[in-house]
Amino acid sequence: MRLRLPFGRRKELPSHMWTQCPDCGEMLFNKQLARNMSVCPKCDHHFKIGARQRIELLADRGSFVEHDAELASADPLGFVDSKPYPERLEAARVKSGNKDAVLTGTARIGGIDVELAVMDFEFIGGSMGSVVGEKVTRAAERALGERRPLVVVSASGGARMQEGTLALMQMAKVVMALGRLADAGIPYVSVLTDPTTGGVLASYGSLGDLVLAEPKALIGFSGARVTDQTIGERLPAGFQRAEFVLEHGFIDQVVPRAQLKERIAFFIDTLRPRPGDVRWSL
Amino acid sequence: MFLKDPIATIRGGVGLGARHPADGDGRVPADGFVIVDTSTLPERVSPWEAVKLAREPHRPHALDVIERAFSPFQELHGDRSFRDDPAIVGGIGRLAGRPLVVVAQQKGASTEENIQRNFGMPHPEGYRKAIRLYRLAERFHLPLVTLIDTPGAYPGPEAEERGQAEAIARSIEVMTRLRTPIVAVVLGEGGSGGALALGVGDAVLALQNAIYSVISPEGCAAILWRSATEAERAAKALKLAGPDLLELGVVDGLIPEPPGGAHSDHDATAASIQSAVSAQLDRLDRLPLADLLAARYERFRRIGLVIEPSEATPPPKRSWIKRVLGR
Repeated sequence: MRLRLPFGRRKELPSHMWTQCPDCGEMLFNKQLARNMSVCPKCDHHFKIGARQRIELLADRGSFVEHDAELASADPLGFVDSKPYPERLEAARVKSGNKDAVLTGTARIGGIDVELAVMDFEFIGGSMGSVVGEKVTRAAERALGERRPLVVVSASGGARMQEGTLALMQMAKVVMALGRLADAGIPYVSVLTDPTTGGVLASYGSLGDLVLAEPKALIGFSGARVTDQTIGERLPAGFQRAEFVLEHGFIDQVVPRAQLKERIAFFIDTLRPRPGDVRWSL
Repeated sequence: MFLKDPIATIRGGVGLGARHPADGDGRVPADGFVIVDTSTLPERVSPWEAVKLAREPHRPHALDVIERAFSPFQELHGDRSFRDDPAIVGGIGRLAGRPLVVVAQQKGASTEENIQRNFGMPHPEGYRKAIRLYRLAERFHLPLVTLIDTPGAYPGPEAEERGQAEAIARSIEVMTRLRTPIVAVVLGEGGSGGALALGVGDAVLALQNAIYSVISPEGCAAILWRSATEAERAAKALKLAGPDLLELGVVDGLIPEPPGGAHSDHDATAASIQSAVSAQLDRLDRLPLADLLAARYERFRRIGLVIEPSEATPPPKRSWIKRVLGR
């Protein structure tokens, strides 16, 4: 059932109860939106969701056990822009309720044990600094140690400027750990959500044995501002959307949010190492 | 809150610059050809000076260095899939008689040349050519030397269509597991992921006035200060100059430039690069392959700075901070 507003009163409604769909303009009752996995029931627009909500949608109820929850960013460069980096971090912690831009832990998806890492765009644009690099690397190393599939859900603007080249090097660090997983025949599923760009896409985001994406998610290498500044032109509309990236051959499937858990479960069940399978006992 | 552990202590401890040049843990030893300790630097130019020096149009670019230090050199073209990207050059060369594979980003010295080279900004097919040559090096047991000099990977629509991010990610991945020694040298500009795609090495060196950054100072200023004119401030904040990179552990050694900078004497610069890379390859050639790959993993594994409360989750048994310190 679609909820309509009384005529002419749209602007006066309490905003905490309603959200306007940015795609179709429909006013959506927040509770209804949450029941529908934060997907607009009218036009199928997938709203950005936080890491905790994502875990609730993907992990079997109560199965998520967080690891490295206390890992926090330092300020290696002493970075100050409009405010010092530690203040920016503190504000992001308060806003998102998390210590940094990724949550990692062990969970079950469709009854299968996995290592799960979920990024949170709310935390400084999901940017990857030392903490994100370290936590995702540890998740990959645990997946290797426990011989469990790794599932990483990305939502990120790229490397975190405030940590300079140390942030850039996290790309190599995570990819190093993924290489060991690949050698050991342990599946890694990369899920790209809106938006996944820059250094995260140019490292672990693109390297899944399977790469899945949510409908219409922004997926691309360079942000609009970088393109504009470097070559003085804007990317045409529709560029860098999940469907575009699928068409050009860089992801395996676009999967609606409602089917994502089931689909991941199917894939990891098919690909995961099985006890007694001689191929896996290297 | 949990930041009660003063960051200053952590920073003083880990230091990020608390390097032990000759401690035999896989780090680059002091060999007379590279600077491994910033306290031995005669002077440090300002970050903005470094940016200008790194971008100096007459600075020796990849082919200037290759024809002097890696001669005789035969260039190899094409990614076998789409086209030959002129922003990446690669081929087989010799370094003081030692055969090897060289892959480099190529800028131009003139506007005309720069247009042909796309200002040293590779397209995806450039990275795929690089990957093809990395594999060539591996197959024939030749060491790989990469020369980095790019403002960044090309950010245009064609590059997006052909999977710029995937090409860079794959290039990084192939380097992490390449079964042959790799020495990477930042010649001028190390522009973000586009540079890192050539930058995963067993030893990562930089010319003294080279820069290496997660984002261009102009890009950083445009985002954080909403004005590209604040680039000078951004350059300072980003800690992108050679000595900063050495202190952060992002590069293992700085190759000294002739007085006046690399652009003042191409021959001398190439000679310094030749000796420095030779010394690294001599060292790396002695390592068994398994040790080489393990050291490469550790080299990148330990980069970064995080605060971890002592009562953290049980694994890993040794805390991150302790592993960084090597204790």
